[in-house]
Amino acid sequence: MRILLVEDDAEVARFVKKGLQEAGHTVEHATNGRDGLFLAASEQFDMLVLDRMLPGGVDGVRLVETLRSQGNRTPVLFLSALSAVDERVKGLKAGGDDYLTKPFAFAELLARVEALGRRPSVDAPATKLRVADLELDLLSRTVTRASKRIDVQPREFRLLEHLMRHAGQVVTRTMLLEKVWDYHFDPQTNVIDVHVSRLRQKLDKGFDKPLIHTVRNAGYMIRAEP
Amino acid sequence: MFASAAIALVAVLWWATAGALDRQTDAAIRADAIALAERWREAGATGLAEAIEERLAVDVENESLYLLLEAEGTRRLAGNLDRWPNAPAAEGAWFRTRVLHDGVAAEARLHRLDLPGLRLIVGRDESEREQLRRLLTEGVLWASGAVVLFALLGAWMLRHALQTRMRPVFATTAAIAGGDLASRIALSGRGDEFDRLAQTLNGMLERIVTLMEGVRGVSDAIAHDLRTPIARARAKLEDALSDVPDEAALRAAVEQGIADLDGISRIFQALLRIAEAEAGARRAAFAPLDLVPVLADAAEIYEVAAEARGQHFATDLPERLELVGDRDLLLQAIANLLDNAIKFTPPGGTVTLAARLLPAAIEVAVADDGPGLVPEDRAHAGERFFRADKARATPGSGLGLSLVQAVVNLHAGELRLEDATPDRTPPGLRVVLRLPKP
Repeated sequence: MRILLVEDDAEVARFVKKGLQEAGHTVEHATNGRDGLFLAASEQFDMLVLDRMLPGGVDGVRLVETLRSQGNRTPVLFLSALSAVDERVKGLKAGGDDYLTKPFAFAELLARVEALGRRPSVDAPATKLRVADLELDLLSRTVTRASKRIDVQPREFRLLEHLMRHAGQVVTRTMLLEKVWDYHFDPQTNVIDVHVSRLRQKLDKGFDKPLIHTVRNAGYMIRAEP
Repeated sequence: MFASAAIALVAVLWWATAGALDRQTDAAIRADAIALAERWREAGATGLAEAIEERLAVDVENESLYLLLEAEGTRRLAGNLDRWPNAPAAEGAWFRTRVLHDGVAAEARLHRLDLPGLRLIVGRDESEREQLRRLLTEGVLWASGAVVLFALLGAWMLRHALQTRMRPVFATTAAIAGGDLASRIALSGRGDEFDRLAQTLNGMLERIVTLMEGVRGVSDAIAHDLRTPIARARAKLEDALSDVPDEAALRAAVEQGIADLDGISRIFQALLRIAEAEAGARRAAFAPLDLVPVLADAAEIYEVAAEARGQHFATDLPERLELVGDRDLLLQAIANLLDNAIKFTPPGGTVTLAARLLPAAIEVAVADDGPGLVPEDRAHAGERFFRADKARATPGSGLGLSLVQAVVNLHAGELRLEDATPDRTPPGLRVVLRLPKP
């Protein structure tokens, strides 16, 4: 993906740029809102990663509002040291697609960038999701593996659906909390891990090829190849 | 403003009365002169002289002045003036001068009229009118003076009254600007607009103080309690650098360092959340909601964790629990309680999440089979970073219950800690949240 990073802190910018490049993306970097807006409006990007507070008179929110008012629909991920709920709401209302609070783990950022950059297309809604021999039917809400029916609870179904929609991508624990449970909170312990390992047991029982993989220091990924 | 309006009114009054007097005199003189000229045309100089004498004879007020002279020379044909007035005037002129009338100097308004071979002066003694005018002028001046005086006095009194009423406000705001946030505006007890203003301002001050305390709470906590974990993480990293040359160990130390930093930032996040809730800043996120799905979600999230530890998890929830509140914060509070309960319950024990509707409140209770809390510790349980002696071995920040406390306060509720099963040992702990119904 071609990603525009607008971040005034040189150290954070260097760290994010290096990480994204290592993950195979092209990164353009602007250090203030004005330059960022100019680049975003004049060139084609797959994704914008914006600091919420920027020098140069144009902050992240203004930048996104301006882009959106011009009909630019490039996905936007906010990075912000402002963690209060209404700040988050403000960012998303302005047209941001996701909001990540500093400090963050790079794996979390990368997972969110990739999830945003490859969002499922809206015009052709799939009725079935497939990963290897695992199939999830969105209409009958059933899960089968190698034609064998697997019983899952409604929440497990949503968990699996989210993982399968992002097959091949890392999904972090906080992303699961936000997207599958729809809460912004700190679960204190590894409850999400417990849910995932339960689901994993159900899916992999009787099969020698595991599908849900744990990505160290990041989260989970569903994919056919180990 | 008031004074100038009053003065304008007086000026109009003056012009209307004094001016009218003048105009009246002039009109009388003019009518007289026209009548006399008519008489001359009919009866000549003699008739005119007679007419003048007649008029003088009937003039009871003794106001009229006449003088009829020959055009050439100074022979008086008729009239009550002794001689031609000093002021030289052309034919048809109107003038005002002093004349000798009945041996007394008097102010007179005169009109000169020339007829062939004759000079005539018609006039009125204005002494009386002049007096009247003087009186009038004096009255007007006095009135104006009084108006100005009263306006000034009124303005001063109004200002004084305002100043007296506003003085407490000024004093209080000055004190607050000077850093004394505890000072409040004294009410007069009259219940008027000033009291209402003072009440509003006092309410605003209360709010500011609450917010400030929230902020201060965070900075205190940062100062006291974030330093410890930061110091610990720093020490570990420094240790690793000096003691272990081995790369794998170094890598492990760096990873541990990152984990420690993550822990610190989670504590920080929790502190911010507590402060936000305590300051009431999150009330903006309040919305009507049904608490039951939130509780069910919390149960669903934590049930698996309890089962993974070999504990039983029981729920007892009603159909609906209508409430106005912050969904994320309520879930966080319940999650903290469940997390605590699961942490302190031994394998085989039971964690219970129950809720019920009381006549005036909603009650949510989380009970466990753990060691419970001794009564001395219960009072401190809501304090930041408080950890009971028995809990020191279990992981935790000591912030869980203080967040619960803050969330409950934010929702105007009460938090109660009690023995779950008082007749058994250990008694276990039940935490009861009582939230008011909307």
